[in-house]
Amino acid sequence: MSTQKKELAVAALKNGTVIDHIPADALFEVVRLLQLADSEMQLTIGNNLPSSRQGRKGIIKVADTEFAESTLNRIALIAPTAKINVIRDYEVVEKRAVELPETLIDVVRCNNPKCITNNEPMASRFEVVSRDPVKIRCHYCGHTQL
Amino acid sequence: MQQVSTTFHFHNMETGSLVSIDNLSKEEILKILRTAAYFEEHPNQKILDGKIVATLFFEPSTRTRLSFETAVQRLGGRIIGFSDPAATSTSKGETLKDTIKMVSNYADLIVMRHYLEGAAQYATEVTDIPIINAGDGANQHPSQTLLDLYSLYKTQGTLENLTITMVGDLKYGRTVHSLLMAMRHFNPTFRFVACKELQMPEFYKQFCLDNGIQFTEHEDFNQAVIDTSDIIYMTRVQRERFTDIMEYEKVKDLYSLNNAMLETSRQNLRILHPLPRVNEINRDVDDNPKAYYFQQAKNGLYARQAIICRALGIDLPVK
Ligand SMILES: [Zn+2]
Repeated sequence: MSTQKKELAVAALKNGTVIDHIPADALFEVVRLLQLADSEMQLTIGNNLPSSRQGRKGIIKVADTEFAESTLNRIALIAPTAKINVIRDYEVVEKRAVELPETLIDVVRCNNPKCITNNEPMASRFEVVSRDPVKIRCHYCGHTQL
Repeated sequence: MQQVSTTFHFHNMETGSLVSIDNLSKEEILKILRTAAYFEEHPNQKILDGKIVATLFFEPSTRTRLSFETAVQRLGGRIIGFSDPAATSTSKGETLKDTIKMVSNYADLIVMRHYLEGAAQYATEVTDIPIINAGDGANQHPSQTLLDLYSLYKTQGTLENLTITMVGDLKYGRTVHSLLMAMRHFNPTFRFVACKELQMPEFYKQFCLDNGIQFTEHEDFNQAVIDTSDIIYMTRVQRERFTDIMEYEKVKDLYSLNNAMLETSRQNLRILHPLPRVNEINRDVDDNPKAYYFQQAKNGLYARQAIICRALGIDLPVK
């Protein structure tokens, strides 16, 4: 696919959000996190597209939707390479990387089977204790993972 | 590589809940210990008159429950609750949240023990009444840590600059981990005595390094270690912890203490053990004045009276 054609595909969105450079194996996890299955907006989801940096990448385009920064940052743990493009009237008005927040609520499951979060209908909660490499600590049981 | 931070962010100050020993500042720890000392002198006080304390034991623990319930009774409070989860709606699939909300309608304070880790923290988030964690799985058991601290404080006259030798199962031993972390305020020196399989986890050694706490590790429970200790904290080495039974048979007696080993020890040395013990402390130590594990358990009563008063915001005439 030529660069020109790719840009055209992005530009085809009049208003909305493009999430690009998602690792291919994280695409559907991102779809789940953003609850796109419930969205009634026009959606384009592509996966295993060639990428010079990542080999294969995924892309999500959602028409007429802008997500809160905190919502998008929730994907930082599973798709740290993702880039956000906000489109208004065919123009990219904002382009940025996702940033790992200090607290992750209901993003990942705790690895500890004896953790309360795996046994009660409730949201998981992690505090980021280290960013490089990423290490998160369960707010409830104290286990560290990743 | 960036260093892993070992400081935590649990705050339940607004209600007086006690979920983890990390909830407490140095000043708060000392205040609880002074309050415990006050209760040791005046154990029977009617300061909980009209208060109802719920003891919810989702996992049975007779020792801890009796200690908490005695603490409440001696202060003149009343108790509701359960000691066997099989008799409750939890066994019918009721969520923890619903049980806590229901009990919150009746009680002024909840003391809870649960087999799941993080259960007490979650309970504080679904109710406005204070929660005291009486053990959540392998995670936290702060009243045990406070009774341990009270035992150190009482027998040594201070918590500062003590040399503490921890022996036995340092890998899975929740009590030694919590004690280690609580002591960070008091400039301790630690000796970790354990076999290879049960050594102090890397996380806690890093915690010591981050907090400027000196420690040494020993596979050999030798005389030099014993003779330079102020406190020896013994723990049980459990057969279940070993994948190789031969390994257990080889080490089980290496980390046990008998009276002869104490002959040249310091006068102020005291032997602690969270109990129950099996054979890691020989019965011939029991009559040695340096044996402190039975009084240690009794100190749990005073420490728990102090924790209950803090939870309910009751101030006592202590310095
Ligand atoms: Zn957890």
